Amino acid sequence: MTRTLLDPTSERTPSHREQLARPATLSGLRVGLLDISKARGNVFLDRLEELLSERDVTVTRFAKPTFTKPAPIDLRHEISTTCDVVIEALAD
Amino acid sequence: MKLVAVVKRECPTCSLVEPVLQQLDAADDVDLAVFTQDDPTFPSGVGAVEFDKELDYSYHHDIETVPTLIRVSDDGAEMERIVGWSRDQWETFTGLNGLGPDLPAHRPGCGSLSVDPSLVDELRARYESHRLHARRVDLADLEDEMEALFDRGWTDGLPVVPPTPQRVLRMLEGTTRAPDDIVALVPPDLVECTVEKVAINAVLAGCAPEYLPVVLTALEGACTDEFNMHGLLATTMPVGPVLIINGPIRRQIGMNAGINVLGQGNRANSTIGRALQLVIRNVGGGRPGGVDRATQGNPGKVSFCFPEDEEGSPWEPLHVERGFAPGSSTVTLFPGEGPRGVVDQLSRDPESLTRSLAACLRTVQHPKLPMVFDAILVLGPEHGRVYREAGWTKAQFKQRLHELTLLEGADIVRGAGGITEGVPDAFKDTQLPKFRADGIVVVHAGGGAGLFSTIIGGWANGDTGSQPVTREIQR
Repeated sequence: MTRTLLDPTSERTPSHREQLARPATLSGLRVGLLDISKARGNVFLDRLEELLSERDVTVTRFAKPTFTKPAPIDLRHEISTTCDVVIEALAD
Repeated sequence: MKLVAVVKRECPTCSLVEPVLQQLDAADDVDLAVFTQDDPTFPSGVGAVEFDKELDYSYHHDIETVPTLIRVSDDGAEMERIVGWSRDQWETFTGLNGLGPDLPAHRPGCGSLSVDPSLVDELRARYESHRLHARRVDLADLEDEMEALFDRGWTDGLPVVPPTPQRVLRMLEGTTRAPDDIVALVPPDLVECTVEKVAINAVLAGCAPEYLPVVLTALEGACTDEFNMHGLLATTMPVGPVLIINGPIRRQIGMNAGINVLGQGNRANSTIGRALQLVIRNVGGGRPGGVDRATQGNPGKVSFCFPEDEEGSPWEPLHVERGFAPGSSTVTLFPGEGPRGVVDQLSRDPESLTRSLAACLRTVQHPKLPMVFDAILVLGPEHGRVYREAGWTKAQFKQRLHELTLLEGADIVRGAGGITEGVPDAFKDTQLPKFRADGIVVVHAGGGAGLFSTIIGGWANGDTGSQPVTREIQR
């Protein structure tokens, strides 16, 4: 069950946390590949996974249940706690 | 006649009046509707029974007791209600005689499920969440709730209570003010702060709902030009708002004015000041290293709030001295540093004790700096007794303190005593008061044993710094 809290701040900044700085190299990092579940996004991500696997990179695949809605908070939490970097594939 | 009855089977009085409800239902000129809270088959033998499973009817009609019998007009508006069972009352109310002839004459009712302590928070959240306008923040299932609050920067470094809609709505029960009412423009970001935002931060701080009026009043006082919360936050000096509570509310909310009055252990003492500081942090945006530039700070910046022991005091309480009625409740805000003790275990006459206290007060911030800083003197009860037994008035005491804290210019000019700090040489042949005329705030508090008092030094006083502010607490 989702737990909801009320924001105690002035709400002048977004409630989610800031993006990390872009790393100089992916070497040794854990990279998540996020499929937003739009057609043929998986084709792009499959090729990326092939290319990344040839380097010193740990790849984990994730998928949103539907491209029409924001990623569920549990999925975002899982990615943020298991990956250093996430690559999201948009497609059409 | 249209009647509505609200009942639950679990209530013995409701079961008792089951035949009466059947009588009413059978009466020619009565149109009876029954709302039943816990069992759709109860009461039997009555036509129009509606199962109030979600307690929607009960909640929205403020049913506190079952059975409740309500007479409504043809358009459904309530005209009158009675609760519990009393034959005389029910007969008068309905105009029918011979109700429940075999029943005892009267029986008190039971608590309605809609006010059951285990259900009321959920009901309030279900039916009153529309009153809340703060942004909702969802947590992931795997996120630790307490860690999530630290991660979002909402705490002062100590754990906080998660501000769920249920808890915030419960907190709002502590005030008659509307959630969207603006309380103050909170520095440093000068944000319009609503009652709801104060309530959220009061939940974080660990306040009980009955403390909320104190927090609201403290925030109003802090955000005045006189008190100058912005300056107090931004200063490099180790000061923050110190709250002194006076009047009946001290006892109504269970504050501690006795043993360890300035220490830990009492919820109201510990959380009211914290709630104010969390509003400054979260709503105003005032954070250490940001606008808060304190060189060293002090532990009281987490929370610093205490009540005066008025009952044990030899003198009139602070709020009366400051022009408020004895029966009123007030918050006095003072820009203060951390407390330090004064030990005098030998003085038994008021002159000697006043000299002791004056000697310590002369050192506030620096022994060679006059006029700039006010101070609170928290007189301990055993020191207070010396003045009571000698018959000294508060005015007499303060006047003598003022005389005894006059500083000789020659002692405090720059270089005197081999100390560079001090006043310009031009003051060498003068006397300078350590404190301005109203610069010593005297309150009485503490446990019964110990010949000690406490001094809380102030920050830059007056129009260019901060003035103590006293405000009456409104519910």
